[in-house]
Amino acid sequence: MSADHRPADAEAGPVEAPGRRELLTRVSIALGALGAAIVGIPIVGFLLAPFFEQQSQVWRPVGAVDSFRPGMTVKVDFADSSPLPWAGVVARTAAWLRREPDGAFVAFAVNCTHLGCPVQWLPDAALFMCPCHGGVYYKDGAVAAGPPPKPLPQYPVRVRDGQVEIQTSPIPITT
Amino acid sequence: MGIVRRLWRAFDDRAGISQILGPVLRHPVPKDARWYYVFGSATLFAFLLQVATGIALALAYIPSTANAYDTLQFITHQAPFGRILRGMHYFGASAMVLLIGAHMARTFLMGAYKFPRELNWITGVVLFIVTILLAFTGQLLRWDQTAVWSIAVAAEQMGRLPLIGRALARFLLAGDTWGGQTLSRFFAFHVFFIPAVIFVFVGVHLWLVLRHGISEPPRPGRPVDPRSYRAWYRSLLSREGRPFWPDAAWRDIVFGICMAGAVVLASVIVGPPELGKPPDPTILQADPRPDWYLLWYFGLLALLPPNLENFVMVLGPLVALFVLLLVPAISNRGERSPARRPWAIGAVFAICLTIGTLWIVGARAPWSPDFTTGPIPARIIGAATGPVANGGRLFYSKGCQYCHTIAGYGGTRGPNLSAVGDRLTPAEMTWRILNGGTNMPAFAGNLTPDELDALVAFLKSRTARAQTP
Repeated sequence: MSADHRPADAEAGPVEAPGRRELLTRVSIALGALGAAIVGIPIVGFLLAPFFEQQSQVWRPVGAVDSFRPGMTVKVDFADSSPLPWAGVVARTAAWLRREPDGAFVAFAVNCTHLGCPVQWLPDAALFMCPCHGGVYYKDGAVAAGPPPKPLPQYPVRVRDGQVEIQTSPIPITT
Repeated sequence: MGIVRRLWRAFDDRAGISQILGPVLRHPVPKDARWYYVFGSATLFAFLLQVATGIALALAYIPSTANAYDTLQFITHQAPFGRILRGMHYFGASAMVLLIGAHMARTFLMGAYKFPRELNWITGVVLFIVTILLAFTGQLLRWDQTAVWSIAVAAEQMGRLPLIGRALARFLLAGDTWGGQTLSRFFAFHVFFIPAVIFVFVGVHLWLVLRHGISEPPRPGRPVDPRSYRAWYRSLLSREGRPFWPDAAWRDIVFGICMAGAVVLASVIVGPPELGKPPDPTILQADPRPDWYLLWYFGLLALLPPNLENFVMVLGPLVALFVLLLVPAISNRGERSPARRPWAIGAVFAICLTIGTLWIVGARAPWSPDFTTGPIPARIIGAATGPVANGGRLFYSKGCQYCHTIAGYGGTRGPNLSAVGDRLTPAEMTWRILNGGTNMPAFAGNLTPDELDALVAFLKSRTARAQTP
């Protein structure tokens, strides 16, 4: 061999068995596809895991009943349903807990129904306001102004053994 | 012949480096390919810069929701060169977005996407889309409060898709809410998945550039005819072609170095964007804004009429992608010169104008309540006691001032009320305050009659004359 650098396999064998060569081609491609599928299923499955995972929801205590004054709305914090050990502060969730004058409790999600930004409660104005696109809600969660298409979502809330408990829930997604 | 040269010859003979790279580097290009041809290579340089600075940042960054914020503080404020590296990664990303935009505008305006380079354009569109995804996921890795809420905003937008919206939102969050998996997945997308796609498509894109040659600068009255173009282009190159290296490449090198220099300079002088508050979802004093390259979209989402919102959020990006991919199908022949394609100039101009305008309003965000506003001083209220003074205090405490400005104090969501006393009668004011309006809450349930009277008295005293003592 000199400087012509001809690839070693440029000369294929004589065309003795086109059927055999065809078969080998197909078998090779099929085996390759099978191998890719075997390796790929767990990888793609891991990537798509959030589509299949189910998380069970739990009740979290957020404070004694008597610590909430009727007519007031306050922020309460609680942990997500199943926080992973390395989740850190991100495993925390906030809700706006309102105690009605008749004593009943309502827990509002903090996520604006427009695009999910955190709404702030303004006690004197008795309004929730969103910093992103200016959505405004009344104290009962009804839309007062701006782009939100729906009222503020509510979390299930109950009283057990003198404690107010909120049920963890997915981030409310407006569909 | 020196020993080094002999060694190189022997090595090159066995490895075949110049045999492969030589023809690539010396392939002929049209002789008058000038400075406006440098944006593509500069985009690639910016990407390689991102790979290099990104790998360096990965030495210290821990992609866990519990630690990422602290490691970013360490990188920014303690690690030697950390601040500059973060700055370079940020300004490199900005450069990459700007340059790929310039490259697309240039190839579109000069009709370089026409026959036979349709596939160059289509692979370029894919690269543009993944560059935007890279930019967005990069902002999320700056794991502060804004990143956390930006993921919520992205999930909400996904949620608007029919049928699969909720599942897609869950996919993005990697669970019901943010959690331990959210950041590590975005990290994998940002540093492995998306760059892998970019490497593959850059490879194909460059192969296509070699296969079809660099498009010659267009001239009015010299249309592309697919039947004869290839032969004509070959004869053009054989008549007056120049080797790419170094006749054309020197401009790419000079421009690329200037770009890298500008990135380093900006990171030294300006520095990386400061980290926001910690990524704690229970801190609700937040003001999430996308980085500059998506600020215009943030503005668009605020200004859309509610009944159009779902269509634009869902169909907008899809239609934009579809139109971009279809550009070569609309016309892959005929005039290439922008001088003969006024609609092409008009389209680029209209896109720049729209994005520019949305960008400016997105930066000002006049629709957002001003949570930082403070009480109006007594000097401006004009009274220390009595209904007008009380009304001035109520104007702040009842939240009016978050959306209405008086004498420079307050938000710009609603009309400026600095001289409202000249425009509205007390009856009109009362009606509006109690009932609200299109974008104003009704205050009927939240004001006593005395408070309402004080508020109206205060507003009635806001006149142009009172403003200019």
